[in-house]
Amino acid sequence: MEMEGMMALKAVGVGLTVLGAGIGIGKIGASAVEGIARQPEATNKIQTAMIIAAALIEGAALFGIVAATFLV
Amino acid sequence: MLPNLNKPSTVKKFKLYCLVVSMISMLGFLSFAQDGDEAHVNAHDVEEQIHDEAHVMHQEEAEFDVAEMIMHHIADANEFHIAGDLSVPLPIILWDTIEGLQFFLSSAFHHGHTAVDGFVMDHGIVKKIKGDFPLGKVDVEVHHGEVMYNGHHFETEGKSTLIAGSSFYDFSITKNVFTLLMSCGILMFIFIGMAKFYKKGSMVPKGIYSALEPLILFVKEDIAIPNIGEEKHAKFLPYLLTVFFFVWLNNIFGLIPFFPGSANLTGNIALTFLLALITMIMTNVYASKTYWGHIFNPPVPMALKPLMIPIEIVGIISKPFALMIRLFANISAGHILILSLLSLIFIFKSLFIAPVSIAFVLFMSLLEILVGFLQAFIFTLLSALFIGLAQEEHH
Repeated sequence: MEMEGMMALKAVGVGLTVLGAGIGIGKIGASAVEGIARQPEATNKIQTAMIIAAALIEGAALFGIVAATFLV
Repeated sequence: MLPNLNKPSTVKKFKLYCLVVSMISMLGFLSFAQDGDEAHVNAHDVEEQIHDEAHVMHQEEAEFDVAEMIMHHIADANEFHIAGDLSVPLPIILWDTIEGLQFFLSSAFHHGHTAVDGFVMDHGIVKKIKGDFPLGKVDVEVHHGEVMYNGHHFETEGKSTLIAGSSFYDFSITKNVFTLLMSCGILMFIFIGMAKFYKKGSMVPKGIYSALEPLILFVKEDIAIPNIGEEKHAKFLPYLLTVFFFVWLNNIFGLIPFFPGSANLTGNIALTFLLALITMIMTNVYASKTYWGHIFNPPVPMALKPLMIPIEIVGIISKPFALMIRLFANISAGHILILSLLSLIFIFKSLFIAPVSIAFVLFMSLLEILVGFLQAFIFTLLSALFIGLAQEEHH
């Protein structure tokens, strides 16, 4: 029974992590599209910056998921 | 045209890096051979729990266990499983404190039905049986760390570790080690040939070289130069190219579901640890004075220094740590997702769910091809970024 409770908590943890990452990546994407629309000539630079920022957020989110599924 | 790859010194350095990376990778053997059942432990718990429940509810034993199947596919193994009892055997190299060195093919285990000198194969992974067990080849039944022999019950030992002084050491060429060696061979074959080709003075690439030239230029012009700078990038380009193609090739190999592929190499934390460690060494060994100045004497008011210095020191470790976790988790998550979608058919026990499941799996597999490239790109980009940050001079 206790095991089941742990599994449920893990699932909630993973869900929260994904929620956070989703909000973060969504904001980056929105800003990037806005930026590209304003300055189409800066597309390449904006894209690179966007991918770096998205990767950093994703790293944090994946760290949360790994901690929730493998470590606890 | 590749002006920088024409220089013999760059070609030499590239060869050197190929060699160094493959040699350091070999040091990873031990960890590969041993970390296979890490994920298994978790799956084991879940499995145990499900089994207990099944017993309580007097249900049938032959229930399909998704978690166990997925963990088995993600974990390392001592054979390439194809279908049913068909598999490609791999060499087993064991060092036993009593028996000494043992070397044989994993087919000797007959998929876990035979014990060889006190060793058994439990779900694709070699384990040692605890206590007095007869040497030689004997028929056994193995299930989740428990061995049945002649009506007697035996337990298996945990994985071999260097620190805890286990009674055996596992140096086996597992699926992951095999894939590592194979991809090193492929990369060296292609790129040393390519370097020779350009050295001869040819300007127009041919064959596979013409497909790879844009990628090399991409790593050079979109990753190395913007992040490290025009003057200094040449020193780090060989490493960035090596890591980019190595990660990419292995991400793609991981997606191939049958023999030469199927090993989850870049989804193995030992390998990503090693790659991140190399990036960390590159960053710190070639770092400028300004970089160290920022760490040990950050430009902040005196009162903040006791706080900032530890944070900066943690930053040295945390950046490559994030690199390690990112690659490992992304690739593992992709594999887990594809396998879970495929398992839908067996969970619902319905044929009608199959088209939906297959459509999803196809979509995910295609997405994973993109993710495989993207993760190789991000790993290289962030490596270049960290190296570049450490190169900055005071101005």
